[in-house]
Parts: sequence; structure tokens; C-alpha cells
Amino acid sequence: MSITAAAPAISIPAPVAGKGYWRLVGERLARDKVTLVVAAILLAVILVAIFAPLITAHDPYVGRVANRLKPIGTPNHWLGTDEVGRDLWTRLAYGSRLTLLTGVTPVIVATLIGATLGIVAGIGGRVVNTLVMRTMDVFYAFPSVLLAIAICGVLGSGVRNMILSLTIVFIPPVVRVSESVTTQVRSLDFVEAARATGASLAMVIRHQVIANVLSPILVYATSLVSLSIILAAGLSFLGLGVAPPNAEWGSMLNALRQSIYVNPVNAALPGLVILITSMAFNLMSDGLRSAMDVRLPR
Amino acid sequence: MKPSADLPSTKSPAAEPRDRGGPAQPLLIVEGLRKHFPLKGLPFTRRPVVQAVDGVSFAVKKGETLGIVGESGCGKSTTARLLMHLIEPDAGTIVFDGDPVGGLRGISVRDLRRQMQMVFQDSYSSLNPRAQIADIIAFGQIAHGRDATEARERAHDLLARVGLAPHLFARRYPHELSGGQRQRVNIARALAMDPRLVLLDEAVSALDKSVEAQVLNLLQDLKQDLNLTYIFISHDLNVVRYMSDRVVVMYLGRIVEIGEVEALYRQPRHPYTRALLSAVPTLDPRRRTEAPPLTGDPPNPINPPSGCRFRTRCPFAEGVCADRTPILAAIGEGVDHAVACHMDTAGSGHSKAPAAPVSSLEAAE
Repeated sequence: MSITAAAPAISIPAPVAGKGYWRLVGERLARDKVTLVVAAILLAVILVAIFAPLITAHDPYVGRVANRLKPIGTPNHWLGTDEVGRDLWTRLAYGSRLTLLTGVTPVIVATLIGATLGIVAGIGGRVVNTLVMRTMDVFYAFPSVLLAIAICGVLGSGVRNMILSLTIVFIPPVVRVSESVTTQVRSLDFVEAARATGASLAMVIRHQVIANVLSPILVYATSLVSLSIILAAGLSFLGLGVAPPNAEWGSMLNALRQSIYVNPVNAALPGLVILITSMAFNLMSDGLRSAMDVRLPR
Repeated sequence: MKPSADLPSTKSPAAEPRDRGGPAQPLLIVEGLRKHFPLKGLPFTRRPVVQAVDGVSFAVKKGETLGIVGESGCGKSTTARLLMHLIEPDAGTIVFDGDPVGGLRGISVRDLRRQMQMVFQDSYSSLNPRAQIADIIAFGQIAHGRDATEARERAHDLLARVGLAPHLFARRYPHELSGGQRQRVNIARALAMDPRLVLLDEAVSALDKSVEAQVLNLLQDLKQDLNLTYIFISHDLNVVRYMSDRVVVMYLGRIVEIGEVEALYRQPRHPYTRALLSAVPTLDPRRRTEAPPLTGDPPNPINPPSGCRFRTRCPFAEGVCADRTPILAAIGEGVDHAVACHMDTAGSGHSKAPAAPVSSLEAAE
């Protein structure tokens, strides 16, 4: 037998590295019913956020006090009205914009920064690792809510400051997760085998480490979105995030709190959508995890 | 082992274009290889050190298979990783086909890795779970600047060569393969670099017996066809005997015996080698093991025994064994069999040592 004897005569399709993997993940996701439902919910929330002016009939900032706290099912206000008579459906639809913005933006920024830092810490030597990780431990010493409140308090309220403070809060956990998966992957034999071929460190990191580190980080980031939504709502509830006239689920919950004895259903509505959306992100993260782990049997 | 000096080369030009030293030049000479792993200790105290490999010297002849055996933790795998420069040795020189590795005049580690490849024990963790088989095999060549399509084509050829149909396996992922198939992929990956020396670190240990036999036969075929030299690391004495031309026996980071496989298996000299070989179970009731097997574990490599490291478990240990480290020396003139034991060193002071300063071939009891 010689090497060429058994060579196939067919032309070999050159698969782009990684593409096959993502197609596989897509196929697995498509078979996961829970994740599909959850994805549909998230898509709906995103669509509502984008098309809020088209699907609502009222002004989110103008209400008639005579109409206040109408129950669900009131003609013209199918989800009722809030404590100053504004249409709740309109408020919730517009509110999803701010909620998504404050839920997703900090996570994206924190993931970009945190993953970079974590991978560098995981691959770099002991000094780099200690430097990065101990700095993160300082942030870790504070409970995340308190840290967010403290930063927000220092910077002052407002959407931009809230996003900034949430970003700072989320960087340390992302760094931790990325660092731990990187050190884990780095010590596996296939990285050594890649090094043994004489490939440069950059090449080994790009082709062997990153691909294996990215999906756990991505999964973790998705789960952070739900936390971010809740924290953002919490900050707004405390009056540190979105200022009152603006529609945001957390601040709406805060404003409706006083009406809980008059019309508990209306008062709970913003909380309910927060719950559904954050749970959807959480379940999405679960679904992604099992879909991305190609090793798991179905 | 004395590395043979540079002999005038009697080159056969057709054999191997990269051959530099000629057939008499060992492909690999290792001298005084040492690796101590420092552990964490209290500040301002001497940090404890694991003496994983401590002064290992041997040579690998061109075209042979050198087996390395020993208990787990004796430094076999560390030696392999040191040879590949996956971890940096603390001391020692490595000479590949007459060229020292590293230094100003020597070949670089990168060049060394082109000619020397390794097959890992764990066939699963040694393959990137996110990559397709063809890409895994092609990676090394692409990293060395080869065109990606070409490298993949070659990966397909290699798959066929190791007995995996390319059209079935090239696009698969490691987790979709069985252990034996994965190990074949590992072999194909090593071969992709066109190595002259392949380090097989427990390459078949994780496979079941029937698959193991197939892979061993594949390795033998490849060696023949591709003109390879193997370093075959295993704890399985039978497999080592089947595969190897010469065998190195390691104990606690040192070589205790080295020799031609048949001579060493038939007449082991070092008490440790004897104990190892007597522990191999046989199915023949007439060849029942009479001697008690070795008891206990090897001592902690953090604080290895002084002198001969085997003395704590050796039935023949005497005072001299604790005082002086036996030197690995040939047991006779022109015999390719060396042992590091005071019982074989003339005038060592051991009661069983030959008295005269002339080496004796008399088997020590």
C-alpha cells in the first residue's frame, strides 16, 4: 500500500473550518422544542421593541387621570391602564426598548472585554494571570447588586450610567468563566498536539483554543442577559436607572407598586413581562449550551 | 549508553533525503535529561521538587523501535514531553541526527518538531472536539504554510493510509469515532508532518485488546513503509516486547536497565526489571509465579531515596545502595545491555557484586 494508492479520485470539497460546526449547532437547536418556543418569545419581544409605534394606538407618555387603573379587557385599553391612565400595552411595548437596551448592551460590552481579559489571563503566564484575576477578585468582593447601585450612585442616574455600571458589574464573572475554560482547554492534549506540530502560538490559540472557549462564554453571556434585565429593572425601581416619565419595565413596576391594592393584576404586569423575558434568556442559554456541546448525545 | 561518535557516513542516498549523519549515527541521542517540577511551598523555605526525570540518557538508532517501560509515575510520559519540547528540560542535551537541538549551531525546536511527532495516550482529549477530522490532520501543515486545500487532500490520503475511508471520516467529529478510530486519526495527524521519529506515548494503552492488536499492526506496517523510527512508551510489557528492538526500563525518573529486547526479557539483570517481568501473568499453570511480587508503591518522587532509588523495595538492598548511586554501565564488553545496579558493578561493595574489577556475565541471584 502506498499513500497515494487509496487516495480518492473525487474532488474534495474544502470545508471552511468552523462552518460545519455552526450548521450542526443550528440543526440541534431546531430539534429542541423548548428552545424554539423560547426563541419565538424573544423574537416577539424584539419585534415589539422595534415596531412599538406601529402596534400601539396610544401615546406612552400621555394619559387621562379619569382612565386610571382600568382593568385588563377595557375597550380601547386591552391590557388596562396605569396609575395615571396611560395605556399599559403601549407602555410595555415602548418599555421593551429600554429594557432590551439595558439588558443586552452591558452584557455584550462586558463579554467582549471580559472574554479578552479572561483568555489572556488563561494563556498568559503566572504574573499576567495573577494580575488580572486578583483585580477581578476585588470587584467580586461586592455583591453585584450593591456594586451596581454604588457605581450608579456615584455616576448619577440615567440610562447611560446604568449601562456603564452594569457593564462593570458583569466583567468580573465573564473574566472568571473565560479564564477557567481557557486554562482547562489549554492543558488538554490536543493543544499540546497542535503545539507539537510546530505551529506558532498565535495559530494554536486561534484554531484550537478560541473555538473551544467561545461557546461556554457565549452560553454564560446569554444567561447574564436575564440577570442584566432584572438588575436594570431593579436599579430603575430604586430610581437610579430610567427616570420616571420614560417607559421601562422596572420603573413601571415601581410606579404601579402603590396601586397593588387597587388593581393587583395591572401592578404585576410589568413584573410578569420581566419574568418571562429573563426566563426566556435563561432557557435560551440552556438550549444553546446543549446545542453547542456537540459531544452530548441527543 | 555511550552515544556513538560521528562516524564517517556510509550514506545510501536513496533512503532518506533528510538523513544527515548516515546509518551509524543514532537518530536521537539524549544525554542527562532532567526535569524537576517545583511545588508550592512555604515562603522562605526550600520549595519541594518533584524529580520527574533525573538524568536520563539513551540513544535511538535509525529504524529501530525503542521501548520505554515502567510503572506509572516513573517519568515515561515526562520524558516524551521533554523530547518534544512540550515542556522545557532543566538540563540535558538532545541531539537529533547529529544536530544538537537548540543553541546557536543546532536545529530549532520548530525544525525538530517537523521531524519528530507524538501520538498521545488519550485519543479523545488529543483531538480538538470542535474540528473535523480532516482539519485536525491538516492543521500542522497549514500552520507550516502549506496551502489549505493541498493539506486537506493529503489528510484524505493519510486517512486512507491508516485504514479509515476518507469519504466516511474526513468530515466527522472526534466524538463520532470509536477509540481505535480516534487513535488512527492521531497517528495520521502525526504522519502528516512527515516525521522520521514518532513518539508513541501509551498509544494503545486505552484500547481494548483486539483493537490494540490492529493498531499495533498498523504501526508496524507504517514503520516499514515510511521508514520510521519509534519510541514506544507503555506500561504493558507484552506489547513492548512485541513492538520493540531495544527496551529502556525506568524507575522513579531514572533508567535502571537498557538492552536488546530478547536479552532483557530473557535475562533481566536489575532487580526491578526482574520484579516487573515476574509480575506479568501467564496462563500456564506450570509457570506459576513463585517469587513474591513487589509490594507497595514507588516512593514519593518529591523525596526520592538516596543512592539507588529502588533500594526501598529491593530484596537485595545493602548499605552501599543507600550511599552511592549506581551508574548505568554495560554488563560486558561490546554488549548492548546496560544496568544500573551495584550487584552488577564490580567492586561496588555490594556482597553480590563481582569482586574483581572485571565485569562478569554471571547472573546475579
